[in-house]
Amino acid sequence: MKYAFSTGDELRALCEAEGLTIAEVMIRHQLELDERTRDEIVNEMFENLMTMQRSISIGFDENQETMTGNAGDNAEKLLAFAENANMGYDMARICAAALAVTEVNASMGKIVAAPTAGSSGVLPAVLIMCSEKRGFTDMDLVNGLFAAGAVGIIIAKNASISGAAGGCQAEIGSASAMAAAALAELCGASPKAALDAAAIALKNILGLVCDPVAGLVECPCIKRNAMGAANAVLCADMALAGIASIIPFDEVVVAMKNVGRMMSSDLRETAKGGLAVTPTGLEIAKRINLEG
Amino acid sequence: MKEFSVFDIIGPRMVGPSSSHTAGAVRIGLVANKLLNGERPKQVHLTLYGSFAETGFGHGTDRALLAGVLGVEPDDSRVRFSMLLARSENIWVEIKKGADEADHPNTARIYVLTETGREFTVVGESVGGGNIEIVEINGMQVSFTGDYPTLIAFYTDVPGVISKVTAILAKEHINVAFMKVFRSAKRSGACMVIETDAPVPHESIAHIQSEVDGIEEICTV
Repeated sequence: MKYAFSTGDELRALCEAEGLTIAEVMIRHQLELDERTRDEIVNEMFENLMTMQRSISIGFDENQETMTGNAGDNAEKLLAFAENANMGYDMARICAAALAVTEVNASMGKIVAAPTAGSSGVLPAVLIMCSEKRGFTDMDLVNGLFAAGAVGIIIAKNASISGAAGGCQAEIGSASAMAAAALAELCGASPKAALDAAAIALKNILGLVCDPVAGLVECPCIKRNAMGAANAVLCADMALAGIASIIPFDEVVVAMKNVGRMMSSDLRETAKGGLAVTPTGLEIAKRINLEG
Repeated sequence: MKEFSVFDIIGPRMVGPSSSHTAGAVRIGLVANKLLNGERPKQVHLTLYGSFAETGFGHGTDRALLAGVLGVEPDDSRVRFSMLLARSENIWVEIKKGADEADHPNTARIYVLTETGREFTVVGESVGGGNIEIVEINGMQVSFTGDYPTLIAFYTDVPGVISKVTAILAKEHINVAFMKVFRSAKRSGACMVIETDAPVPHESIAHIQSEVDGIEEICTV
């Protein structure tokens, strides 16, 4: 397979050899794996994009009733506050969109796992909300999703994208790295700079544990999606400004894997450590179990 | 190293909140739906084990399993309303937490009584990322993933049954991906699970039923 890649270096070499974007290499590799035509593959991704767009608008429009009842209207609150936000109007809307998607997910609404359901807010928020300002077309956004997928594949192959295996750094960290690279590439970054954006994003979230209250994809997952989105935008901008990652992407991925291995299983999705075992976390868990 | 599809990373489209506790649960329920063979369920009993029992309520696992039994797919927004769907069709639903420890953390047992009085049970495990394994059907230990079209035949354990079934599939040019046979002393019967690349047409199933002696029950999933 001519366009197969397992590392960031391999991906970059494929891009540079033919002057291709990360998205284009991903599409060509998918054609090698998939029996479908290019149009069918692109349409499949377009279907994902439309589901993402819908999940943002549903999360903005309707008050979501999540399982614990502890979240559901955070997206609307932040959206309404965007004009006054210290982080600026655009960033507040991006973070609100990440809350929106994850609140839809927490209330059994339809989302696209990217790479997981628990981290599904980061990528759509970053790409779709930036498209308003940057004028990305739907086709640009579809390409962004392919570029993000390429980064996710490298992380999945060399580390993990599962909270049970690697903690939150493997879920929100991966989503943030994927979104950072995709946004950077859509804004014209070279493959090297896009991978630098991914490396910085993953470095910033390195070591984050997975400690869901009551074992549910709700607290702290929803707010961590907003953080992951903000981090992705920050890291894309740093890379676009010409800031490089001192530790190369591939080495960061291996570091993330090793940190995950050092993490106690109590901090990997089992709800036996961190926020899950705080007095408030335990009280919420007890209440939900009584209801169930 | 596994070759990942881009859609393993960006996807699937699914109803949240959890790929294992929600999407996987719907898929276990869908296996029960296929075993209905077009009949309507009258009663559905769901038993949740392990982490399904512990966090299933918060993940909507009960609603997800029921949605699957009713034929609702993992990406269908109606998953969360499956209790209402069942009520509107006068289907009696019972949900309980399993007392005994299941071997695997995310396990569900589904019992279905159909309108014609037929009963069956399915036990499935959600093994992560929305992937499942069916481990028991009607008390018989089995093992299949539901990723492929699957033919399940219960039969009397006598020589020649397996080769007659595979001969009929070969005649229809259906390629077998995986095949496993299981035997239960309790039923003194046997079960074959054949996962195929293409779905097995109804005519082939009718052929197997009429031409192969010893086949007691056959269904596709």
